[in-house]
Amino acid sequence: MAARIQIPKQAKRGEVIEVRIVIQHAMETGYRHDDVGHLIKRNVINTFSCRYNGSEVFRADLSSGISANPYLQFHTVAEASGEFEFYWIDDEGMQGSERQSIVVTP
Amino acid sequence: MRRGRAAALLVLVCAAASAQERAVPLDQLKSGSAFLGQDLRTLQADEFANPGMLWVERGEKLWSEPAGAANRSCAGCHQGASMRGVAARYPKIDAASGKLLNLEGRINLCRTGRMGAQALRSESEDLLALTAFVARQSRGMPMGVAIDGPARAHLGAGRAFYFQRRGQLNLTCAHCHDENWGKRLLAETITQGHPNAWPAYRLEWQTMGSLERRLRACLSGIRAEMLPYGAPELLDLELFLAWRAQGLAVEAPGVRR
Amino acid sequence: MKRRAFLAGVGGAMAVPLLPGAALAQANPVEAQLRTLAQGAPVKKGRVHLELPQLADNGNSVAMKVSVESPMTAADHVKAIHLYSDRNPVTHMATFHLGPRAGKAEVSSRVRLAGSQRVTAVAQMSDGSFWSDTAEVVVTLSACLDES
Repeated sequence: MAARIQIPKQAKRGEVIEVRIVIQHAMETGYRHDDVGHLIKRNVINTFSCRYNGSEVFRADLSSGISANPYLQFHTVAEASGEFEFYWIDDEGMQGSERQSIVVTP
Repeated sequence: MRRGRAAALLVLVCAAASAQERAVPLDQLKSGSAFLGQDLRTLQADEFANPGMLWVERGEKLWSEPAGAANRSCAGCHQGASMRGVAARYPKIDAASGKLLNLEGRINLCRTGRMGAQALRSESEDLLALTAFVARQSRGMPMGVAIDGPARAHLGAGRAFYFQRRGQLNLTCAHCHDENWGKRLLAETITQGHPNAWPAYRLEWQTMGSLERRLRACLSGIRAEMLPYGAPELLDLELFLAWRAQGLAVEAPGVRR
Repeated sequence: MKRRAFLAGVGGAMAVPLLPGAALAQANPVEAQLRTLAQGAPVKKGRVHLELPQLADNGNSVAMKVSVESPMTAADHVKAIHLYSDRNPVTHMATFHLGPRAGKAEVSSRVRLAGSQRVTAVAQMSDGSFWSDTAEVVVTLSACLDES
């Protein structure tokens, strides 16, 4: 699953930084019908989590009420240089992940 | 009866051509984004959050991926050259074949003719991605298509299509987009129907789509007989619309309702 | 001429949006969810700021921002923000789990709204209290049928 991430490349220790992510996913609601009238099965990203240097700093439980190609923007405190890891899983069990590094200056 | 109707249409088209070359005066041209709410205008302008950028990024990857029997990538021939300005000049006559091509057609001609690869299907993720990637590089540039030489006939056909009544609602494109833009159709504000933001992420589709798809959506909206993807009428119409939008800045990848 | 007048007439008639309050009086699905969430604790109005456009071009994707006044320290922070719709087929739209490492209790996303409605955001605090805010959104539908 394609995803785009935006976090600052660099931040000061203690600074509150903004994390933005957009994931390519249809977030199929389960209420739509295909061309021949059959119900298209629900399949949404139901869990999204963000780990910063191994510890979870944000988690989201999502439903069909979140738009297709979900966009999330949240915040976290820059503590140490290292990595952000993003994980998500949809109703069919398909997992996606991305990572991005950050440099934190004292 | 039929000859009378044809004659009337001819008169209408000629009248439109001579007396009203441009139904919407150049100084009144407004992009579709002028008719969007602030939320969607902001989303379109947001380099990161614009959902169309997912396809642009994919297109960027595909641009460097070799494909086909010749094992060439787009980048291989284009040698790092920017595609800036290209989308603003499409649809365009291909010099070698004399055919009118839109951006999708051009990309596929490159694939089949120069890469020995298969053409990409209309509305396929890869074709949308490549089109979005190329079109984005013309963002901010004014649209300007050539209408001389062999393009003239296509422009005339596109114009005739635009002013032809069709569908169960028996409307021409002009009825909405020339005569009633700015007014409401149910809760929506009618736009001028310009193609400058395509391919676009359309909320109604919850995905990226081409201008051709959007034109087909209009056909279904007025309950007209649907034209297939690749129909020459739609391509001629794309040329006419591009000419009609001359001067408007390219906004691809757009965000539309 | 006749068609134009007809269209204008229909347009005028549709210009008055159906506000949630004008809908049939039904058991509010959000209230049921809040009871389950708060387990008897009061859900107070305040400290939460839910932002949605008053008028949405299309219900498939509407910008949503929710922020909560909180120092976000280990001792006093927002544990989670819950989002509810009073009209969607699925009432509980999302839950965002925060904590002191968030630094700022503010989350943005884009949501689906199945028609004009009221959205409710509830902040669950570390001290066990619940705070909320609501936002009313008028959602316009596409004028034309799209079978592209």
